[in-house]
Amino acid sequence: MEEKKMALIATKGTLDWAYPPFILASTAAALGYQVQIFFTFYGLQLLRKDLSLLKVSPLGNPGMPMKMPFGPKWFKGISWNIPNAVQSLVPGYESLATTLMKQTIANNGVATIPELRDLCIEADVKLIGCQMTVDLFGFEHSDFIDGIEYGGAATFFEFAGESDICLFI
Amino acid sequence: MNHDKELDARGLNCPLPILRTKKTLSELASGQVLKVSATDPGSVKDMQAFAKQTGNELVSSAENAGEYVFLIRKR
Repeated sequence: MEEKKMALIATKGTLDWAYPPFILASTAAALGYQVQIFFTFYGLQLLRKDLSLLKVSPLGNPGMPMKMPFGPKWFKGISWNIPNAVQSLVPGYESLATTLMKQTIANNGVATIPELRDLCIEADVKLIGCQMTVDLFGFEHSDFIDGIEYGGAATFFEFAGESDICLFI
Repeated sequence: MNHDKELDARGLNCPLPILRTKKTLSELASGQVLKVSATDPGSVKDMQAFAKQTGNELVSSAENAGEYVFLIRKR
């Protein structure tokens, strides 16, 4: 049986959106797929050496439940509907939301992003950085982890054209 | 049923139980049986899907008081 292939494009650079590409890639690899992820635009942030830079923002995201990851059950159940206008004015709101999100992740036994990325690397998932966006955003290759390749759209198609699954995230 | 190795995936959430299962299975020889304990309710369906796609046999799948136990025979 020929090995199945999955190609992903990761375009988002926030803590929450770091999950789909790394979860799908690590799982596909465990199922025997050959996997490549092409990181472009803000997705490049997922290749940074320091992943603690990743944040989550409740601003402009009405789908994000705002609940506290600690305290008694009744307290955890409260949904904190804070208007965007207020969120945008409070200094450090994003950092606070990120801290709470990380606590929620830990409480639920969900893997951290560095952990999932390491699992992908361990499973030979090929990580490709978009060279155009590296230049566009003024990044250096030294900003990113070792062992990744850099290329453009044509590089992506070389693998994606033969893939069984291809997703834009 | 006897098993050759045990994996405690309790408290872990998707996709960790599957990833750990895959990793632990690689330490077994063909025909040996791995016992996996998990608390993630999603792992019931995921373990079936994992077995089906990788050709490892899901010998049994059971639930007891919020805990799931799977026996998987390596292909």
